[in-house]
Order: sequence, then C-alpha cells, then structure tokens
Amino acid sequence: MTAAPTARRDDPSLDAAERLLAELPPSAAVWCSGLRKRYGRQTAVDGVSFTVGRGEVVGLLGPNGAGKTSVIKILLGLVRPDAGEVLLLGRPAREPDARARVGYLPELFRYQPWLTPAEVLGLHARLAGVAVSAEDRRESLAAVGLADRARDRVGGFSKGMQQRLGLAVALVARPELVILDEPTSALDPIGRADVRDLLLSLKARGVAVLLNSHLIGEVERVCDRVVILDKGRVAASGSLTELLGRRELRLHLDGVGPAAEDRLAAAGEFTRDGSSFTVTLPAEQAATTVPDLVADLVRLGVRVHAVAPRRISLEDRLLDILRSGSGGDPR
Amino acid sequence: MTARTVLTLAALTVQEAARRRVLRALAVLTILLLALSAWGFSRIDAEFGSLTSGEARLVASTVLNLVLFGLSLIATLGTAFLAGPTLAGEIESGMALAVLARPVRRSAVLVGKWLGLVIFGSAFVVLAGLAQCGVVWATVGYWPPDPVVGLALLAAQTTVLLTLGLLLSTVISPMASGIVAVGLFGATWIAGVVGSVGAALDNEGVARVGTVSRMLLPTDGLWRGAMNAFQDPTLLTRFGADVAESPFLSEAQLTLTYLAWACLWVALVLGLAGMGFRRRDL
Repeated sequence: MTAAPTARRDDPSLDAAERLLAELPPSAAVWCSGLRKRYGRQTAVDGVSFTVGRGEVVGLLGPNGAGKTSVIKILLGLVRPDAGEVLLLGRPAREPDARARVGYLPELFRYQPWLTPAEVLGLHARLAGVAVSAEDRRESLAAVGLADRARDRVGGFSKGMQQRLGLAVALVARPELVILDEPTSALDPIGRADVRDLLLSLKARGVAVLLNSHLIGEVERVCDRVVILDKGRVAASGSLTELLGRRELRLHLDGVGPAAEDRLAAAGEFTRDGSSFTVTLPAEQAATTVPDLVADLVRLGVRVHAVAPRRISLEDRLLDILRSGSGGDPR
Repeated sequence: MTARTVLTLAALTVQEAARRRVLRALAVLTILLLALSAWGFSRIDAEFGSLTSGEARLVASTVLNLVLFGLSLIATLGTAFLAGPTLAGEIESGMALAVLARPVRRSAVLVGKWLGLVIFGSAFVVLAGLAQCGVVWATVGYWPPDPVVGLALLAAQTTVLLTLGLLLSTVISPMASGIVAVGLFGATWIAGVVGSVGAALDNEGVARVGTVSRMLLPTDGLWRGAMNAFQDPTLLTRFGADVAESPFLSEAQLTLTYLAWACLWVALVLGLAGMGFRRRDL
C-alpha cells in the first residue's frame, strides 16, 4: 500500500496517459445531456441535450416559457435538475469549481445597491478567485460605458445601467465561457449595438458564449449556431447555414397538371394556394436549379406568371419550427 | 476556497449593515435609550436618597438589567430583521443569482452571511452594553461584577435569534421570517417569566414551561445568564426568594451544559438552514 504512490509516480504508462490527455482537444465549453426539470405538475425542461464548443457563440431561442432560463440555471447549478448531466469546460457542474471560468448575466439582474460598480467587480473577482487589478476593473467598466459612474452607488442606477454593470460582472474574471440571459432586455438601441460589439469581440478572443435572446436579428448576426427550445424540448438545432441555408421559391402558375406537380415536388417540398406555389429548395442547390425548373414547367405546358426566389430569415424559420412543433409531436 | 468565500461574504454583510440605514437607525435608538437611562438613573439617585445601600443596589441592578433588556431587544430585532432580507430578499430580487453562479458553495455563502451578522450584532451589543454600564457607573456608582461574561451572553443571545432568522428566511418570505423570529423570541421570554413564577410558587408544572422554552429557543436562558452577570451577587443572598421571580433579576449562573446546548443549537439550526438553502431552486 505504502509503496503504491512511488510506483505510480514512476509508472511510464501514466506519463503516457497524461500526455495523451494533454494532447486531446479541449472539452466542450458546455455539454449537457438529458436535462429534465419539473416544477410541480409543470414540466419546464424535458430531455434537453446540446453542446457549446470552445470559442463558439450559440444562441438559445424559443417562445416565452420554452424553458430557456431554466436550462441556463441548471447549467450554472442554480436549479437542481431532476435528471441529466452537465459538464462546464470539461468538469461536472456539481462541483462549484466548474464555474471558476464562467461568467453569467442573469435575466433578473440586480447588484448590491450599497456598493459602487468597482466594488461589485472586486467582489465577483474575489469570489471567482481571480486577481483583477484596479486598472482592469476600470477598463471593464469603460467597456460597458460606466467609466464615469465607477464611484456612484449601484442603488442609484437605472435598469439599463445595472444591466451594463451585469455585463461587466460577467466578463470580469476572464471567463472562457459566458452565459448571457437576455443581455439587452433593458438596453436602448445604442446599448444593444454595444452588446453586439462586445459579443463579436468575445468571439474574436475565442470565448464561448451561450446567448439567450428574443432579438432574433441580434442572434442571427453574432451566433455560429442556434438551439431552438419549445415546451422544454430541443425543437431544432444547428448552424445558421444549416437552418437558414434553405431558400424559398414563390411561383405564380396556371395550368399545373399532375406531371408539373411531380416536377415541383422533385425540386423540393411545396405548398399550393390557388395559383400560388411555394417551393422550399434544399440547402445545397445548383445555380441552375431555378432556371431548369422553370424550363421544365414551361415544357409541361404550365404558364409561368411570376418567379420570386426568397431567402428564409431566422425569424421565418423559428416561427415555422414552432408552428409545426405545436401541431404534432416534435420528436 | 471555502474560507475565502466565507470571509468575503462576511465582510460584504458587515459592509451592507454599515452602509444601509440599519446602522443609523440603530445608533439613534441606542443613543435615545442611553440618554433616557442616564436621566432615569440620575433620578434614582436624587429621589431615593433615603434607600439603604442594599436597596439602592437592588434598584440599580434591576434597572440596569431592564435597560440592557431594551438594548438586547434592539440588537436582536435589528439583526433578525437584517438576517431575513439578507438571504430571502436577495433570492427574491435576483441579487443571489450572480453571486451563487460563482465557484462558491452555497453553504459557504450562508456561513459567510451568518458570520457577518454575528460580527455586526455582537459589536453593537458590546459597544452599547459597555456604554450603558458606563452610564450606570457615572450616575449611581454601580459597576456590574462580570460585564465581560454578561456582554458575551447578550451577543450569544443575538446570535441565536439571527441564526433562527436565517433558517426561517430559507423557508418563508423575508418579512415573515423576521416577524416569526421576533415573535418566538417574545414568546420564550414570556414563557421564561411564567417559569420563574412557577419556580417561586413551587409549582413544578408551571416551572417546566420556562425550562422547556429555554431548551427550544435558548435566547431566554442566555438572557438570564447575562442578567446574573450584571447584577450584584450579594442581592440574592440578602433578599433571597423575594427577587427570584423578578423578570429582571436571575437566581443562578448559566451552567456549562446549557452553554454547550446553546452552541449545539446554533450549529444545528445553521446546518438546517444550509440544507434548506442547498436544495433550493433559485
């Protein structure tokens, strides 16, 4: 027994294992699997699994009550899941140390009103176990536009200013993962633009971000991937190109026979409303898809009045996913 | 890591108490009480010049205990109403979210808050109590036999009640937790008075009311120990059972067993509060 530690230290296979571990790609910033949470009879989260890679910006989308904030709170250990596993930066989220390099801006942001913003940052740096110089704290406040309010008490701050402070708090301990829950809910348009710039700078620095936002435009501009939640489940997830790569083709046609309908179906899923047809084209499409389709339709005796290709926005896609999910079982 | 969290939260809590209006309100109330008592004690000296020295000591001891009861009431009410909002209020307002998302254990956060409140409450009790003893000494020339023990027991009484306040605040709303804690404090004090009346009348059943309530919530037991340390020790030998039923004089010193029970009680209640807080969804 007593010789074991010495033997272990000299064990070459252990060295090799350590080297192997060191050479492995870093674990995901967030990995969660099978998260479930019920509040009384209400199921808030029902089997949610997703991953946020290192340096990746992932948007969490969904209607009110979809379980987005519950999922975020489970990730951070603020809510205990009934089932499921969470790893933050490769460590089980049960251990508080897993959150050492995680920054968080809650949806319900409020900071000690009897402290100054600089003191709030100092408090969070101490709790995170990170030494942050006064200079760095000033810079953090300047980055969110609070440089000239550093000595005022937080109690006198407007909601927007408190949310800006919340962003500084989330970023103060040099995080590798930042979780932002509705970061622009109290901000004016300038503040929103600032947050977008902040997110882009985090992305450039390789900091992973999980962003819950209702502002789809914001998500579309900064996120690499999105996870769409509905009724506590993942309704869809994927990169923006996967989700938005599809295009739509609107056609106004006369004299469409069965053969022409078959030709339309071959191009993609289509819906018909009188003489209006909407064809959803696949993500990977050749440049000749549309002209070939029109030529074939004309050859089949169809009279073509109008052809309008359209890009599907994230908003359209989100509504589409949520509507189709509400009718049937999203699984 | 845990020790740093505890100390950081303790410092934050003391800072909160100092910067919020609580401190100013406490200071005003205390100064008011001290001034009133100074005036009262000087009247005792002037009006009852004909008292024997023994009687004068009895009066001074009783009134000192009465005033210290007022001070301990301010301290316990103050900290109990501070203890409730500090946890439940922070959970309700969302202030706890950002703090608890840090790499900290919830139990460490709770112990830190508790330690900060203990430091604040004890500092208040010691400062105000010493000032009160000074007032009595200056006006009637009486200095309690054991002020250190007495003040320590008053601080312990404050600690007991604020620990209860913390436990309650993990279960019920902030304001309700303060009210329930203070209500229980008052009920135990009354039960203690009832018990001492029972003891004076040799009625065991009634006396047991006091004993049981002192075990369930040790505030009254500690308060009686503190009174014993503030009053003149010769009084009881001279006046005997006549003073035993007074709510502001105490017959016996605290036993070490009771002190140990009070410590265990605080640890148990804090442990329960920790368990409640750890399981709570925020």
